[in-house]
Amino acid sequence: MAATMAQTLVPDLVLQNADPAADRAMLDRLALWMQRSFAPIVAADPPDGIILESAGADHLHGGEAAMLATLCSRLAGAGFDVQAAIADHWGAAHALARFAAPSARFSAPGRAAEDIATLPIAALRIAPAVVEALHLLGFARIGDLSAPPRAPLTLRFGPELGRRLDQAHGRIAEPIAAIRPPDRIAARLAFAEPIAAAETIARCIAMLAARLCESLEGKGLGARQLDLLCQRVDSRAQALRVGTALPLRDARRMTRLLCDRIETIDPGFGIEAMTLTAIATERLAPRQAASCLIEAATPDVSDLIDLLANRVGAGNLYRLAPVPSDVAERAVRRIPPLAPPTGASWPLQWPRPARLLTPPEPIETVALLPDHPPVFFTWRGMRRRVHCADGPERVFGEWWKRDAEQEAVRDYFRIESDGGERYWVFRAGDGRDARSGSQRWFLHGIFA
Amino acid sequence: MRPPSALEALRAQVRQIEGRNRRTASVLPFGIPALDARLAHGGLARGALHEVAGAGHDAAATLFAAGIAARAGGKVLWCLTQPDLFAPALSQAGLTSDRVIYLEGGDDRTVLACCEEGLRHGGLGAVVAEIVRLGMTASRRLQLAAEASATIGIALRRRYGAASSDAVCPADAAPPSAAVTRWRIAALPAAPLPVPGVGRPRWRVELIRSRSGEGATFELEACDDTGHLRLPAEPVHGSGQAAGGPSRAFG
Repeated sequence: MAATMAQTLVPDLVLQNADPAADRAMLDRLALWMQRSFAPIVAADPPDGIILESAGADHLHGGEAAMLATLCSRLAGAGFDVQAAIADHWGAAHALARFAAPSARFSAPGRAAEDIATLPIAALRIAPAVVEALHLLGFARIGDLSAPPRAPLTLRFGPELGRRLDQAHGRIAEPIAAIRPPDRIAARLAFAEPIAAAETIARCIAMLAARLCESLEGKGLGARQLDLLCQRVDSRAQALRVGTALPLRDARRMTRLLCDRIETIDPGFGIEAMTLTAIATERLAPRQAASCLIEAATPDVSDLIDLLANRVGAGNLYRLAPVPSDVAERAVRRIPPLAPPTGASWPLQWPRPARLLTPPEPIETVALLPDHPPVFFTWRGMRRRVHCADGPERVFGEWWKRDAEQEAVRDYFRIESDGGERYWVFRAGDGRDARSGSQRWFLHGIFA
Repeated sequence: MRPPSALEALRAQVRQIEGRNRRTASVLPFGIPALDARLAHGGLARGALHEVAGAGHDAAATLFAAGIAARAGGKVLWCLTQPDLFAPALSQAGLTSDRVIYLEGGDDRTVLACCEEGLRHGGLGAVVAEIVRLGMTASRRLQLAAEASATIGIALRRRYGAASSDAVCPADAAPPSAAVTRWRIAALPAAPLPVPGVGRPRWRVELIRSRSGEGATFELEACDDTGHLRLPAEPVHGSGQAAGGPSRAFG
C-alpha cells in the first residue's frame, strides 16, 4: 500500500521512514543483553528475530519453561511486543514463535515434528512466490509436505524448499553463530586434532583459565560470568555457563567451577576449538590479606557458594533475613548468600515452631469461646487431647498491605498434646466478631 | 583384667586402622557429663557424620540438629528438599540468621552431592542435610568427606508420607549407615507448671548407635537460645540429684 493511500484511509497518520540499519543495531543490542543475562549462544535472526540456544544455561533459570517465561516478561517490561517459542531446532522454534497459538509455543523435547505439522507453509522460511505456488498445488500445512516424494518438488522449486523442510525437522544441522560482544575478554585454544576425553578437556580448561586470568589482571577486572564454548567438528557448539557471586580472577577456582559441570559437554565426534569468555566483568582491586597476628581469618566460603550456585541455580541458594512482621508467613525474606551480615534477628520472646505448614491446615476442635485454647483437636484424621496450652497471642492483619486485612485477627495458641508433641494452632478471628475472621481453627506449625 | 597399657595399645592400633591418628580428635561436648561420657573422647566428634531422626514428627530432631550446629560455630550450610523449615525457630535455638546458608536441592541426590561438597570444603562449621533415605554408600561418602575437614556433618532423616505424628518407627527400621553416631529424638510431656501454660519442652534423646561407645537414653530439656541442652531439674521429687548424675540416664 502506498503511503498516500494509507493517509487517505487513516487521518493524522504518523509516517516514519523504515530504518533497517537501526533495526539491525537494536536487534544486536538485544541479543547482547540476552547473552549477558540468559544463555551463551545467542544470535540475531534478522529482520525481526533472535535465536537463543537454551542448552547449558536453562538450569540457572529453573528449567526451559521458566526461562522462557522470565525472558518474555522482562522483554515485555522493557516495552517490546514479543512472541517466543522453545523447540528442538532453530527451524521449528522459528515457525512456532511466528505462527503457533500462544498456548502451543512450548514444544516438548522430541515432539517438534508433530508440533509444526499443522502450521501453514509460510512458516518454513521460504520465498513468498514459492508459498503461493505451493498453495496453488493444494499444499497448505507443513505436514502436507512430508508425504509426497521429494524429487518432483525439488525439480520445480529448487533445493531450498527441501533444505528448509529438513531444517525444520532437525534432519540437517543448522549451527548458530553466537554474537560476540565488542569488548570481550576471551582466551581461545584451537586443536590440530579434535579432542573428546574429559581429562583432556579439563586440562584445556585449566590452560584457558590461566590465560583469561592474565588478560583480566592486565585490565584490573574480575569475572562475574564465564562462558565456555566448545566448537565441535560437526560445526555445532556446546556451551557451558558459570556465574560467580564475587568478581573472580583465580585460575584454579575458575577451573574448578567449569570442571564441575564438565559432564554436560557432549563432545560428539570431537572438539576442535574452545573459547573461554568473560561475559560480565567487574573491577577487582588487589586486596590486602589478613596480616593481623591475633585475629584468626574467617574462612572464605565464596568458592563453595559459587560451586553450589552453579549446580542448583542461584535462586536456590540463599540466606533468610528477618522482616518486621508478626504474620508468620511474612516474617522471612531471602537474601543472597554472600550479602553482608544484617545483624538483625527475630524476637526471642515469642516461641516459633521449627516446621511451618504452608498453607495452614484446617483442624476440627472443641474449644470454649472467646479466648480459650482447644480441649481436643483432630488433625489429619487423628484426635488428640490437649494437655496444656499457652496463649492467645493475637496477630492483627496488616491493613497497610491489603484492604481485606483491615479487621482480620488471628489468635495463636501453643498447645501440648498428651504425648508431648507441641503444635502452633490459631483461630481465624477473635471469637466474637464475624468480621474478624471465619472463627475456624488451623494448625500452622509444629514445635516438637 | 588386662593391664590398661594393653588396652591403650589396642586403642592406638584401632585408631591407626581407622586412619584418624593424623590429628587429635576434636570434639564438641554437650556440656552434660552423663551424655558426654557415652561418646568417644567426651563429645560429638568434629569431622564426622552424625545421623539424627525424629520419633514421630521431626521438628524436635530439627531443633536438636540446630542446637549442635549453633554450638559448632562458623557458617552452616543447611540443605533442604522441602521448604517447610521456619528460620525464626532456628534463631531461637541459637543459630542466628546470618550464619545459615540454605540450599534447596530438588531431590536427595542433589542434596547429598552438595553436602559432600560443603563437608569437603572445610570452611563451614556444620553441614545439615535433610534427606529421606541415607544408604550405606551415601553415608560412607559423607563420612569420608567430613573426615577430610573438621566440619560436623548432620544427616537429618525426614519422613514424608507418614505424616501422622503418632506412628513410631522402630529403632532398627532405618537401614544401616556409616554415621559415627545415630540419634533419635522424641517429644515428652513437659513438667507440669503450677500455673496454666506450657513449660520448657522436654525430649527423650536416644543415642541408638555410637562408634566406640555405648547406646543410651536420656531425658533432657530442649535447646535454649544458645543451643545447649539441660538435664531437667526435678524439685518435686526433691532427690537432691547433682546435675549430671547418672541416675537420670537409663539405657
